[in-house]
Amino acid sequence: MANEVCFRTLSHEKPWAYEAYVSVGGYSVWRKIVNEKTDPHEIIEAIKQSGLRGRGGAGFPTGLKWSFIPRNAPGDKYVVCNADEGEPGTCKDRDIMRFNPHQLVEGLLIACYVMGAENAYNYIRGEFWEPFQRMETAIKEARDAGLMGVNILGSGINAHVHNHLGAGAYICGEETALLNSLEGKKGYPRFKPPFPANHGLYGKPTNINNVETFASVPVILQHGAKWFADLGVPNNGGTKVFSVSGDVNKPGNFEIGLGTPFTKLLELAGGVRNGHKIKAVIPGGSSSKILTGDEMLAVNMDFDSLAKAGTMLGSGAVIVIDETRDMVEILARIAEFYAEESCGQCTPCREGTGWMARMLHKVIHGGAQVSDLDKIVDVANKIEGRTICGLGDAAAWPVQSYIKKFRKEFEDHIINRAKTHSH
Amino acid sequence: MTEEVQAAVLPEHIKREIDHWIAKYPADFKQSAVIPALHIVQEQMGGYLTPELMAAVADYLEMPRVAVLEVASFYSMYDLKPVGRHKICVCTNVSCALKNSGKVIEHLEKRLNIKLGETTADGKFTIKSVECLGACVGAPMFQIGKEYYEHLTPEKIDTILDNLK
Repeated sequence: MANEVCFRTLSHEKPWAYEAYVSVGGYSVWRKIVNEKTDPHEIIEAIKQSGLRGRGGAGFPTGLKWSFIPRNAPGDKYVVCNADEGEPGTCKDRDIMRFNPHQLVEGLLIACYVMGAENAYNYIRGEFWEPFQRMETAIKEARDAGLMGVNILGSGINAHVHNHLGAGAYICGEETALLNSLEGKKGYPRFKPPFPANHGLYGKPTNINNVETFASVPVILQHGAKWFADLGVPNNGGTKVFSVSGDVNKPGNFEIGLGTPFTKLLELAGGVRNGHKIKAVIPGGSSSKILTGDEMLAVNMDFDSLAKAGTMLGSGAVIVIDETRDMVEILARIAEFYAEESCGQCTPCREGTGWMARMLHKVIHGGAQVSDLDKIVDVANKIEGRTICGLGDAAAWPVQSYIKKFRKEFEDHIINRAKTHSH
Repeated sequence: MTEEVQAAVLPEHIKREIDHWIAKYPADFKQSAVIPALHIVQEQMGGYLTPELMAAVADYLEMPRVAVLEVASFYSMYDLKPVGRHKICVCTNVSCALKNSGKVIEHLEKRLNIKLGETTADGKFTIKSVECLGACVGAPMFQIGKEYYEHLTPEKIDTILDNLK
């Protein structure tokens, strides 16, 4: 079975329409919560039981995260949705917002209620104009239906969802950089602690999750925690949208149960193009450690299986690489990306990412020696764990893993270059 | 010696649009509207952000002018120099590169007779290489204005450009 959670309206003629969403039971959970004033702890408990883990990349248990918010503390609290989708290879949140925007709205309203917040901000990356418009329409429709605003359905509950737009910066997908950006500043990540749960947007307690995470919540509460958990495997509840791109015949977003074998996902994506052999796979966005084709063909697509294989599920962005590809060129392109997107706040990342990119270009175009490969890995090791946010790690992991698993290709480049030059 | 920049005058309809954003945030945090406000003035007041426009936004949001410059220079969607009427932002990140985004750029360069990063003499087109735009399953792709164009082929690119005024 597929498309049961975030893509559940996809078979409708206009999957984004209010009517389509209501026809699958949409907003029934929100109406029930508003009418019955459900105990928020009950909702958190259900989410814990469902096994839902953060869909943005870290895989942190969502119910636990929700329980960190001091909901009864005086003063404002906020809910923030991370729709700044930018991890290379990832394009699922775009489709959730384009095709099922109401489910995200309902998820955010429920989160507001649980957190004791009156306002939720959906931070959409600036380039996503079409998803932004779909979300704006959905918000208007929800308000017109009396499901959002002041004194919702006469309950005394107030909740508003607002769309915000970014302006192009990968770093703003990091939650504290996103909060600074939402406050109208440069997207510089903040030191943690304090964590957003206590000191987030405008210095107030803030719950921040990914689009897919929030959009999963209404379905969990509608069909029950067990139903959702059973879609996946133990400790990895539910479905996940995988964006499969690269060397496959039918690239696409596929919503399938966590724990599904990779071979099945590859089949859904039409297999490797032109009948080529699979050489490698980026399993969870460009920052995840690379696996060889053989390693990948043996894994299941869930957080724990990929961690056991030495990498991560990340954002669910699967980039398939076939036997005709040059791993050095792919790594050089990725290294360039992290150098471009480093915000410049921490020295190891600001200086190290640019240096690694330049060195990898030397590996391709000449000027590097085989011994430099160890030096490049050494620099990656010295960036990892020494920066305020995860971008440093994200830049280090591909470098470490590509050179480890495909070292011969790097050496061949250097040796062949040297030969060409000596003639 | 630095001279104080004379802020541009924001027309009423632009102010109303910015007000729509200001209303989303707490009264003390107008600055949250700076990113959308810069999008609005860039799009409707000349295509790029001049010091005069940034000063106008700063004054309107009651924030230091340097803070607006910091934002305008940090985010990739803002242009601080003139660009073509249609800025073609070609994604060249991994998923698109595997689907020949290099060929997309080659085709654009040939057809428009300019290099990556340049603007045509008539000021109509600029070609720019950008990082992942989050449409990887539609690779290769580019964005022109607010629109995404996916699964690009040379023929498709020609049709898209033919239809732009």
